[in-house]
Formats: sequence, C-alpha cells, structure tokens
Amino acid sequence: MGAGGEEAILGELTERIRAAALAQQGLRLKGSGSKDFYGESLAGEVLELGAFRGIVDYEPSELVITARCGTPLSELEAALGTHHQFLAFEPPAFGAATTLGGVIAAGLSGPRRPYAGAARDFVLGTRLLTAQGEHLRFGGQVMKNVAGFDVSRLLCGSLGILGVITEVSLKVMPRPRLEETLRLELPATEAVEAFNRWAALPLPLSGAAWWQASAWLRLSGAPPAVRAACERIGGEKLPAAEAETFWDDVRHCRLAIFASDSLWRLSVPAATARLPLPGEPLIDWGGAVRWYANLPAETPVREIALAAGGTALGWRGANTGGRFHPLTPAVADLHRRLKERFDPAGIFNPGRLLAGI
Amino acid sequence: MRYDVLMPHPDIAAALRAVLPADGVLSGEEECRPYECDALTAFRSLAPIVALPRTEEEVRRVLLTCSRLNVPVVARGSGTGLSGGATPHAQGVLLSCARMNRILEVDPVNRIARLEPGVANLKISEAAAVFALYYAPDPSSQVACSIGGNVAENSGGVHCLKYGLTVHNVLGVRGYTIAGERIELGGQRALDAPGLDLLALTIGSEGLLMIVTEVTVKLIPRPPCAQLVAASFTNVHDAADAVAAIIAEGIIPAALEMMDRKTTVAVEPFVHAGYDLSAAAILLVESDGAREEVSDQIADIERVLLACGASALHRSTSEAERARLWSGRKNAFPAAGRMSPDYYCMDGTIPRKVVGKVLEAIGEMEGRYGLQTLNVFHAGDGNLHPVIMFDSNEPGSWERADRFGAEILELCVRVGGTITGEHGVGIEKINSMCVQFSPAERAAFFAVKQAFDPAGLLNPGKLIPTLQRCAEFGKMHVHGGALPHADLPRF
Repeated sequence: MGAGGEEAILGELTERIRAAALAQQGLRLKGSGSKDFYGESLAGEVLELGAFRGIVDYEPSELVITARCGTPLSELEAALGTHHQFLAFEPPAFGAATTLGGVIAAGLSGPRRPYAGAARDFVLGTRLLTAQGEHLRFGGQVMKNVAGFDVSRLLCGSLGILGVITEVSLKVMPRPRLEETLRLELPATEAVEAFNRWAALPLPLSGAAWWQASAWLRLSGAPPAVRAACERIGGEKLPAAEAETFWDDVRHCRLAIFASDSLWRLSVPAATARLPLPGEPLIDWGGAVRWYANLPAETPVREIALAAGGTALGWRGANTGGRFHPLTPAVADLHRRLKERFDPAGIFNPGRLLAGI
Repeated sequence: MRYDVLMPHPDIAAALRAVLPADGVLSGEEECRPYECDALTAFRSLAPIVALPRTEEEVRRVLLTCSRLNVPVVARGSGTGLSGGATPHAQGVLLSCARMNRILEVDPVNRIARLEPGVANLKISEAAAVFALYYAPDPSSQVACSIGGNVAENSGGVHCLKYGLTVHNVLGVRGYTIAGERIELGGQRALDAPGLDLLALTIGSEGLLMIVTEVTVKLIPRPPCAQLVAASFTNVHDAADAVAAIIAEGIIPAALEMMDRKTTVAVEPFVHAGYDLSAAAILLVESDGAREEVSDQIADIERVLLACGASALHRSTSEAERARLWSGRKNAFPAAGRMSPDYYCMDGTIPRKVVGKVLEAIGEMEGRYGLQTLNVFHAGDGNLHPVIMFDSNEPGSWERADRFGAEILELCVRVGGTITGEHGVGIEKINSMCVQFSPAERAAFFAVKQAFDPAGLLNPGKLIPTLQRCAEFGKMHVHGGALPHADLPRF
C-alpha cells in the first residue's frame, strides 16, 4: 500500500475518533482481536486498526525497527529474521494475526524477560492518535532519549486507554550465536533456588522455567560461554527442535496448563519459596512468575501474592473478582487523572484496564 | 499553568522549622549559597530556603507544608546534574536528599538493593561487591551522583549499549506526591506491577511528578573479565562507519566510545594513556563477560575494525592497562577545563549512520562561532558530547557558546535524533524542547504534569516549556520554533 493509502486510513481513524469524542461514544480498539480475552471488559464500538500496517523503517545496523500498529507480529519477526535479529522480549502471540499495536498495548513479555528486559524496555518511540484527533510523536528511533516525559513507555501496557498507538519504534537485538536448553529433574523449590543461584553468576541465561517436575534452562550467546555454562550446570541437553517447541509453548502460552478453565498468573520476587497454593504450577521468569490452574474458588490468591511481595492476575476464569490486581487508592487516582486529561470524553477502551475509566 | 511570579510565602521558613529538626532548615544567603546551582554552573539562583529531611516522614511534612502555602519545591540529589534540573527556584524551597543516604537492604538472592535517594551511585556497587553483583548504570559522576538524581534524569553512562539506562535497571520507587500522598510504583522485588507503567513515566521526570524517597534497583553479576581495544583511524568517517559495522555484525560490546584527535591531544599529557595522537579519531571498544566469551568477541571486534580501515589496534593486556585506556575518556571534561577557562558540554543523540556528517557540521560551526570543541561520545548509542570551550570573561563568549550548543541540538533533531540523550532538559535545554516537540506534544506533557501535580509546584519551569516560552523563543531565534516537525529533511 502506498503512502497515500496510509494517509487515508489515518484520516478515517481520526474522523471516527473525533466523532466518538463528540458523541461520547466508547471505542474498542482492535488489531486482530487475539487478545480480546485480556483486560477487564470489552466495551464500545469496534475501531479496526489492522489496516494501518506496514514496516516504516528498518535499519539493522541501527538496531531499530519502526512499524505501524496493524503490522502482524509475524511479518515484523520475519523481517528481523532475515538480518539475524529479533525481539528479545519475546512477546506472546495469541494467534497468527497478532499485531504490533496489540503487543505494545498489552505490554506482555516472554521467558527471556528477566535476562533481556520487558516489552517497555525495548520501546524507543511511539506515535499516538489522541482523543482530540492529534497525531503525536514521543521518543524516537535513538537508543538514548530523555527529552520530555517518557510517554512512549507509559503507553506500553496501557491497553489503549490513553489513545491509539499508531506506530512504534523498537530496539531490536542480534540473535544469539548459540542457544542450548538443559533439562534437569528437580522439585519446584529446588529449581527456584537453583535458578536464583545461577542468575547471580555470570552465566548467559535466557530462560528458566519449571514444568512437570523438570527445570528447563536456556543459555544464549557466544558459543564458548554457552558451552562452558552447559558444563557447569549439567543436566540433559535437548535437541534444538524440542527445545524450541518448549520455549515457544511457554512464550505463546500454549502449554497444557493454559487450556485450563481457570488460571492465575502471580508475579512475585524471583526467589519466593513454594507458595501456599494447591497443585503444581508452571514457573517462568526464573521464579518471578507462577501460573496456577483450577484453584478452588475460595482461595485467597491475591492475599497470598501480596504476602509474598507480589501481585496476582486472574488470567482466565469467572471467580477472579476483576482480572488485574487492585491498585492502591493513590495510584488508582493517578490513573483516573491521567485518563481524564488524555481522554476527557472517556472514549478509548472504557473499563479495559481499570473499571470506571 | 501558572509558573511565574510566586512571591516566597512569608511563613514558609517558620512552617518548615515547625515540622523539621532545627538543623533541617537553612535560610539566608550564607547558608543557601552552596545550593545555588548544580553542575551546570552557568545557571544560578538563590533559594530562600533549603530543607534537609532525614526521613520519609520529614519529606512528607515538607511537601504538605509547601503544598498548603503554595510554595514551589525543587529536589536536589548531589548536585552533579548537567542540565540545571536542580537549579533552585527563587521563590521556592530547595529539598536536598543528601541526608537520606542509607542503603536499606542488599538482597543477594533476589538480586536487588533498596536505597534512600541520596545514596551515591558507586556505593551501590561497592555494597553489592561482596556478592559479586553490581548496579550497571555508571554515569561518569558515579562517585558523587545519587540514585535519586539518576532516577530523576534517567542517567546513562558508558555501558548503556549493553546494560541499559536507569529505566532498565530500576524495579521500583516509593515516594510522595506534592499532596503528601505516598505512592509505590513498579513491582519492587517482582518484575512487573498492574496498571499503567507509572514507574517508567517517573524515571527521567526531573522532579516534576513526585519526590522519590526509596529506590529498588536490579543487581547483576559482575562480569569476571573485561578487555578493551583502542583502534586508531585516519579519518572520523571511517571510525563512525566502524561503529555501525560492529553492530551490524551482531556484536553488542559492553562499551563503544569515540574521541577525536583534539580530545586525545588534550588528555594525553595528563593521563599518559598511550593514545595514538596521530589518529584523527580513536574508538574504545570494550567486551565483558566470561573469559572465553571475551576473547571470542575481541577477536571479532578486531576483525571488523581492521576491515573498516583501522590503522592501529591496541588491546589491553591487564586491568591496569584497561583502566589507563579508560582514564583519558573519563578525563575528557577536566582536560577541557585545563585548556579553556569555561566549557559547555552538549548531549544530543543521533542515529549512528549520521555520526560522521554531524561531526563535520560541528566542525563547520566552530568556524562560524569562533569557538573550539572537543568531541567525545558514546558512539555505540549515537550519544554525542561535544564540549564547547569558551571564556566567560570575554564579552559575548557565553552567548556564542549557548547559541552554538542550541544549533548542534537543532541539527540532532533534524537528522532524526534528540536534544538530550542522558543529561536531561532541566533549565538548559528548555528552548530546544520547542524545536523537538509540537504544541500538542508539549500539551500532552503538561497533561501528565497536571495529573500528578495540578498546582505545578514541583520543579516549575523545568523540562517542559510553556506555549508562551516557545513563542518568545521562536521570535528571538529564527530557525527554532519555525522548524517543521515530521517531514524534516534528513541526511
């Protein structure tokens, strides 16, 4: 599609937004809809963003890619792959059509997150279509930029409540030259201890998960460093295909536990010992994320997460009492005040991040 | 928003003395003079009152008092900032965090440290050293600069390319809004938190949103080995191309710095680093990690440097030698101080591919402004630090240096970069903000500001220029406000 086509789409989106603001009509921002399950509530008329797509700029030696929000994640990753680069935060895709806009609006990161950084750590710049129909630019395409408030990172994980993220510039990374996965038979508590012991050593860790009685360790980087680390850690070295399937399944939430009717995601300090919850969790992020399926309805999950120094997200299931962990009153108040100022008519994704805004 | 003509409230000194210990409030010229500027000494202003809280509760009381009497509050860490972010407000209270300097906890298992805002950056790594851990961001002022100041400015350092800025290394902050409300942002010991990423918004907010009273940082394993290569180039363009070539090769060095000949010539007599003074530019490329990894990466780096036309390579063979090769880079600013009565350090960031052209353009500007620069920079990040040398005793010299700096920053914006990579906007680059951001973008910044601080009492007049200020700047400075934004020509 030529630049004229993009201008026309942007013009239509701007018109829809202005009209919605005038009519105080809620808009439900939609890339591919693969994350419709994520967030508090879906409300408003659908505003389709998938057509505003395409890579705007990609210079491998600058380590930066810029693309429009409707660009499929798969297209972006394919372009990076041809230059042996990738998105080091490994965003989960909940379907083949997942878009960049949705990835950034949700701000979710995969198993490499504790070692490489989260989605927001790789956001260098964004463009935002506001409730006033203005098309703004924050951040940019350079690695270091402290001019003005970091609105780009604020938008990452905002679930679209402050406006439409139309374009994103991301820092990309060279693919590691070698990647190996080790599997060790270890009970969960010992695995978490080991994950944290290894993370305190200069080892090229890039994934540490525990699932079905095994610890899974991924090491990435310069071949000699990876090989030395494999020797030091021990365990069974997995064939590349099996390893890739496992980490892809963790990343894209496709392991068996994700098919459960009720699922909690707890974000806790990495070294937290076994949580007082029944059943075997999936442990990711070197211990910092614990997934629990089918907990009895009366389980005080949020209190347990809080007591461990973390928070709990009701990923799926009816009895979660709101999906996201409640904010403290002072922080919720800041959310309301930001929303009022960015989106005074309350049109963007009403109630999706926080009830009432 | 009202940012001007607030008379100091006559009751503020007494009100603060009522809520702080006797030694916690300074007033009068003699006591407040030491706080009149940060490291950007060209901007000075005398605060009528300096508050020196020791605890969170004292910070809360200062804020409640100032909020009640409608008095501006400017936070200050160690005063090493380079953009005037801590320049006092002439009618306000300067809130120094210097006495809040305790390391509250080092947790080697979860690999975090909890700190009061006044803790010096280097002290964190010193405290973590016994666990072979450290805090990665290393601004050159790390002996003195405080973690609170680092959070306010989103400070960088020479190892950002691999290890990131402050925003990538802070897990949480606790602090108070101007209304005295306590807020905790980020996951603290956990890696994420629900809601909007207000932690990222607060980092780099230059004291305009909240006063931070506690910071939780990430500690990472100390790399067991580090090695440095100094590469000589007969022209700056080849050196700049080598930087891009290293990255294109899939190598992320721990540091990738460039110095031009004027800089090496200036520092060599003082540090005896052994730099190749015949080279037009030298690159300092560092690799760190496991021993096997470093030797592998250094070999790759040397191969790329030679392919890009390096005329000589000098590899460090000991820690002492590595430190010596770094010493020149770290002494570039003091060297400027020896060569010239005054110097002014700029901080633009540009895409790596235009480094050579921008350096040429700066060379051309030197002639026009009749001032010399030293060029040292974080080449891997495209973060330039041209050091403009001038003599403030010479009439008009500072004004020329100031205009020279502003023109460099406009050029940075024009080539797709930014006016500040790591030093912050503060008061220094406030006019250049008019060049980089449109009125609607600046309005969005004010929206953020108003959400946190509706009365505009925290560090007023910094970071975001008002419409009126940009209009005035546009009038006196023809290219400034008139630069079109989105479709700027790029080279």
